[in-house]
Amino acid sequence: MRQRSARSAGPLAALLATAMLAVACGGSDDTPTASTDTSVGGTATTKEAALSGTLNAAGATFPKGFYEVAIAGYRKVQPGVTVNYNANGSGAGRQSLQDGVVDFAGSDGLVNAADVSKYKGEFLYIPTIAAPITVAYNLADVKDMTLDADTIAKIFQRQVKKWDDPAIAAQNPGAKLPATDITVARRSDGSGTTENFTKYLVAAAPTAWTLKSGSTVEWPSDTQAGNGNQGVAQIVKGTAGAVGYVDLSDAKASGLQFAKVKNKAGKAVVANLDGATAALAGAQVNADLSYNPLNAEGADAYPITAPTWILVYKNQPDKIKGAALKSFLKYVVGDGQKLAKDVDYSPLPTSLQQKAVSQIDSIVVPAT
Amino acid sequence: MTLTTAPPAPPAPPAPQALASPGRAGMSDRAFRFLSLGCGLLVLVILGFIAVSMTQKAWPALSHDGLRFFTTTRWAPSAEVFGSLPFVYGTVVTAVIALVLAVPLSIGIALFLSDVAPPRLRRPVSSLIDLLAAVPSVVYGLWGVIVLAPWLAGVYDRVGDITSPIPVLSTLFAGPSTGRGLFTAGIILALMVTPIITSITREVFDTVPAMAKEAAYALGSTRWEMIRAAVFPHSSAGMIGAVMLGVGRAMGETIAAALVIGSSPQIAANLFGSGDSMAAVIANEFSEAGGLHRAALIGLGVELFVLTILVNIAARMVIARGRKFA
Repeated sequence: MRQRSARSAGPLAALLATAMLAVACGGSDDTPTASTDTSVGGTATTKEAALSGTLNAAGATFPKGFYEVAIAGYRKVQPGVTVNYNANGSGAGRQSLQDGVVDFAGSDGLVNAADVSKYKGEFLYIPTIAAPITVAYNLADVKDMTLDADTIAKIFQRQVKKWDDPAIAAQNPGAKLPATDITVARRSDGSGTTENFTKYLVAAAPTAWTLKSGSTVEWPSDTQAGNGNQGVAQIVKGTAGAVGYVDLSDAKASGLQFAKVKNKAGKAVVANLDGATAALAGAQVNADLSYNPLNAEGADAYPITAPTWILVYKNQPDKIKGAALKSFLKYVVGDGQKLAKDVDYSPLPTSLQQKAVSQIDSIVVPAT
Repeated sequence: MTLTTAPPAPPAPPAPQALASPGRAGMSDRAFRFLSLGCGLLVLVILGFIAVSMTQKAWPALSHDGLRFFTTTRWAPSAEVFGSLPFVYGTVVTAVIALVLAVPLSIGIALFLSDVAPPRLRRPVSSLIDLLAAVPSVVYGLWGVIVLAPWLAGVYDRVGDITSPIPVLSTLFAGPSTGRGLFTAGIILALMVTPIITSITREVFDTVPAMAKEAAYALGSTRWEMIRAAVFPHSSAGMIGAVMLGVGRAMGETIAAALVIGSSPQIAANLFGSGDSMAAVIANEFSEAGGLHRAALIGLGVELFVLTILVNIAARMVIARGRKFA
């Protein structure tokens, strides 16, 4: 922080210091600060004026890793703005936004039509990043595994119980599959990862998958429940013959191997960031920037690619906070995107980034 | 506050007069009575508000499912079907397992501390046990899921092999198990309620009059006979109270149970199998729940609230009856 302000022109540094002081003194919401004086900062550099304020947010745990590095990166650009992201779950984040206790919410899913009226006004979806969900398995002697949606559905519904089942063998001609029992690992807690994984199965295996989709589904009772992605990864890692759905960064962190999944075009694609970006490019984006990259078109698209959004009110009540919010969101879909790959998330394709920026521009901040 | 010069003592009003005076003393008495009455009522008011606001928030789910919410066993948020019975079952079963394990152990420890242990051991051992109560529940839960459950999986498998030819036991204790399930949750809960029951029963045992104990000895009792004849009859109400506090803790424990119980809403006789409890499912599913699902989880909270009150009332009745016959 210090280095940045020292590099800028004198007045700007002083301004930043004031802003920091204001924040340090606990000025969060409505403390008038020097930041309103845009002329000084504006002429000093090409960057936007120093902003201040504290943005509080809550929501999805899945993008937490990216938001943490984005918040750290943004602090270097705007040291006066503090962003707190409490990763307590998409549902809790949406509830907090409804209650008006946070400035934005992270959510892996869209708001139900029935709940829209509960919000305090119009809200916008800002897509941020996406990431693949892997089908991780633990079979020491099988390095390469391909599964299609129907087979995944049957495995997770406990209809296919052994790894040498004909359904799996048909996907992997020539592979030596052991007669090991399959142990299915799934989430014990309600989760956006479960929601996206089951949404994928609903879309890609509509007849085979009967458990519907949601943050919690009716798993067969002989499945094993783990808490969080790490909990599922731990079961898969510790149990020979186990299979579970784990997001890419946790699967990699736990050193799990994961299956290639056949996409809509019939091609077996390995779960990686390029496959996820291809899925984003192949997804149909709606006017409100909601989109569904699950089971997307495209030869290279990895089909279990989970999206996530930031939800924010279109009409912001506070001038200072609103300016900080817009600036932070623009960073997340702009420069912040470069940080995504380091933490195993896929950045948005350029076209979607641009749409996200114009969506952010439409946020209304009061003039006074 | 230094006593350099003692001020001349003011002439004290005659004591009898002060006690009898209906003026200031009476007023402060009345003020105290109102204040303490207010404090007492406040608890009731808060409880009432909690009950009302929770029921209100749970109403969409309760009216959606009606009585089926309490009597059916299928919990399917994705299909908007909410039957809470599996969670009630899990809550009751884990609490019973916890008590079966913890009560004899706690009473044993308490007796050891109050009547058997050499005096210089008593203090350190009882503070160690109190220390157990101070361990955060998430630590118990993590220890349970990382250390205990994998180890118990092997134990359960062996027990399952042994009990497999025996009719009833083979359904109650059937392997193979993942190590996460009702029994593991019961063990963890037993660990958590042991310090509570121990420290209260120890205090109760300490209040047994030495005269009664010595009288028992004088009649030629052995130590065990003395405990049976003098300690237990004197302490029964206190012991039940301690157990009831333990029940409350076991039924309401959330995070530790959520981590080790296995999270499968089912009613199965196999104690080694996975289940789910009311508090655990609330902790697990609440953060991602919306709409009716959220209301149903709050409904579970109401049900747990009512269940706890019922258990407490039952305990009070047991204590009252115990007094009558004592």
